[in-house]
Amino acid sequence: MSKKKALLTGAHFMNGDIACAEGAIAAGCRFFGGYPITPATEIAEHLSERMPEFGGIYIQMEDEIASIAAVIGASYAGLKAMTATSGPGFSLMQENIGLAIMTETPCVIVDIMRGGPSTGQPTMPGQQDVMQAKWGSHGDYGIIALAPASVQEMFDLTVEAFALSETYRVPTLLMGDEVVGHMWEKVVIPPASNINIVNRKKPHVSPDKYEPFKPDDDLVPPMACFGEGYRFHATGLTHNEKGYPKTQSSEVQTKLVKRLCEKISRNADKIIKVEEVMVDDADIVVVAYGIVARAALSAVRKAREAGIKAGLLRLVTLWPFPEEHVARAAKHAKTMVVPEMNCGQMVREVERVVRTTPVAFLSKLGEDPHTPNEILEVIRRNV
Amino acid sequence: MVQQEMAHPFEKYLRAEMMPHIWCPGCGNGIVLNSFVHALDELNMDLDKMAVISGIGCIGRTAGYVNTDSFHTTHGRSIAFATGVKLANPELEVVVISGDGDLFAIGGNHFIHAARRNIGLKVICANNFNYGMTGGQQGPTTPLEASTTTTPYGNIEHPFNLVHLAAASGATYVARWTALHVRRLTQSIKKMLQKEGFCFIEVITPCPEIFARRNKMRTPLEVMEWYKRASVVENFSDPSRAEITPQRIVVGEFLDIERVSYEKLLHEKISQINEKTMDW
Repeated sequence: MSKKKALLTGAHFMNGDIACAEGAIAAGCRFFGGYPITPATEIAEHLSERMPEFGGIYIQMEDEIASIAAVIGASYAGLKAMTATSGPGFSLMQENIGLAIMTETPCVIVDIMRGGPSTGQPTMPGQQDVMQAKWGSHGDYGIIALAPASVQEMFDLTVEAFALSETYRVPTLLMGDEVVGHMWEKVVIPPASNINIVNRKKPHVSPDKYEPFKPDDDLVPPMACFGEGYRFHATGLTHNEKGYPKTQSSEVQTKLVKRLCEKISRNADKIIKVEEVMVDDADIVVVAYGIVARAALSAVRKAREAGIKAGLLRLVTLWPFPEEHVARAAKHAKTMVVPEMNCGQMVREVERVVRTTPVAFLSKLGEDPHTPNEILEVIRRNV
Repeated sequence: MVQQEMAHPFEKYLRAEMMPHIWCPGCGNGIVLNSFVHALDELNMDLDKMAVISGIGCIGRTAGYVNTDSFHTTHGRSIAFATGVKLANPELEVVVISGDGDLFAIGGNHFIHAARRNIGLKVICANNFNYGMTGGQQGPTTPLEASTTTTPYGNIEHPFNLVHLAAASGATYVARWTALHVRRLTQSIKKMLQKEGFCFIEVITPCPEIFARRNKMRTPLEVMEWYKRASVVENFSDPSRAEITPQRIVVGEFLDIERVSYEKLLHEKISQINEKTMDW
């Protein structure tokens, strides 16, 4: 067999897209279906080289709709599966992201965000897809989205995305941006023993008793895969626990859709991750995510040097939204500052949660991310 | 009188809990399912190693009726989904059963690319010339001048010739039958299930309630009579000349060639790469 290793334990210098690809491999991803798009293409290129080295499947599909459809199929056939894209492709995937939600398919979708709308700015960073991540497909549902802020996190959070996706049987989104995708930094890939590998739970009953959408107490149903002898049915239609269509029943629809939402919301404490820096005594709390959070951290440090009690709440998890962390930070803060590379998206969530604390929003579009000084200036103005 | 419960001879192939099916009286989809199930039985197929995938539309419900692993995908995406299944587990026999609108309008791109790759999917298209489930709109196979709910003055779009499209795109097996040609259809399905690579069978199926009535065929029987009157078997004739008109329906096997499948090439490539790696 192959001498090439799936897990490249050690220190490396790589860009974020490659780190994401290596994170997928480390997590056990063995199927990638994608379509070229800037600035996510390097993920596909790297996996086209790496996957065959240990028997994994790489395929370039005819478009992004086909890519996500093939990913869902591969997941149902038993492989951990991923696709990667940017705004235009993410839009094309939305209907089948809904199919993955409805059929509770573990899979990872990477969106390396660029400037939109439409073709927009293929080579520039953006954070304009973060609301689409939550609301992009029609219908109500819960979903998980993570926002890496470094090349290391492109690796770590891809591993995490697979773990969450397999645990909750939900498509998990890695919402990177052009800067974290293309930036080169040091990445340390841990030994196998330090990588959190999670596999979907399998049925604990015989095939004749198996109901593919009957949840356990955690609201997640065990998952059989094609070819394992369970001979089950899955559909994008509203279905009962047996997986059979029940499109006229309000009872079945209510029970199913509520569970799809609640399996995420009720497990939010276990899912959500944030990074808090000097938040406890902060008068001004900057809430930021992705590459912007790095400038925000620098701004907060500069503010502290100038005697301003500033803190950073970095959202590692975007969805489910870290409501409690934001509310707690807002309790003592006089002002919240939210810098984003969009016209105001996650700031709406911050405003919804903090209610009475004033929120200053700092938009930046079409060029490099915010500089520390730009964020510092807003902090100063709000002292 | 004691009524004895008789088991359906094909019970093991069908999900009894899903019956009755949704199809109208006189619909040809049941004939397609019947032929498929007969083919499985005659080949003694291992149902644990088969996945039936369909898209949206009346025939799209087939996946739910067959007692194998099955998936009812979004509209048009059955072939793309099936591609993922086949590559992830090449041991599975992956069958796609869907309609003309699903496979050739919204899903047309996936069809031609799967055929080009020659991935080992077995595709059966029930072609009823219109969108039956949504009430009979014009589709990619609606004949010229046909009346549908969206071509009330007659269709001015040229229809696809599906067997020509499949052959030109790279399929290794291509056939067309009508719902009248039950035995030949069953034989074709059997042949397809034993072949490598991308295979395609078009089945012209009656849609009596929606399409036929608007087009001067008042009963399912009249549709069958049209098939009987107009069908000519021209095996291995040029698929580009396989017309479907009121006077003439060219049916038969058009293509039956050997070509190495995508999944075989892929796994050969993977072995080669790993051997090379060993040499280092």
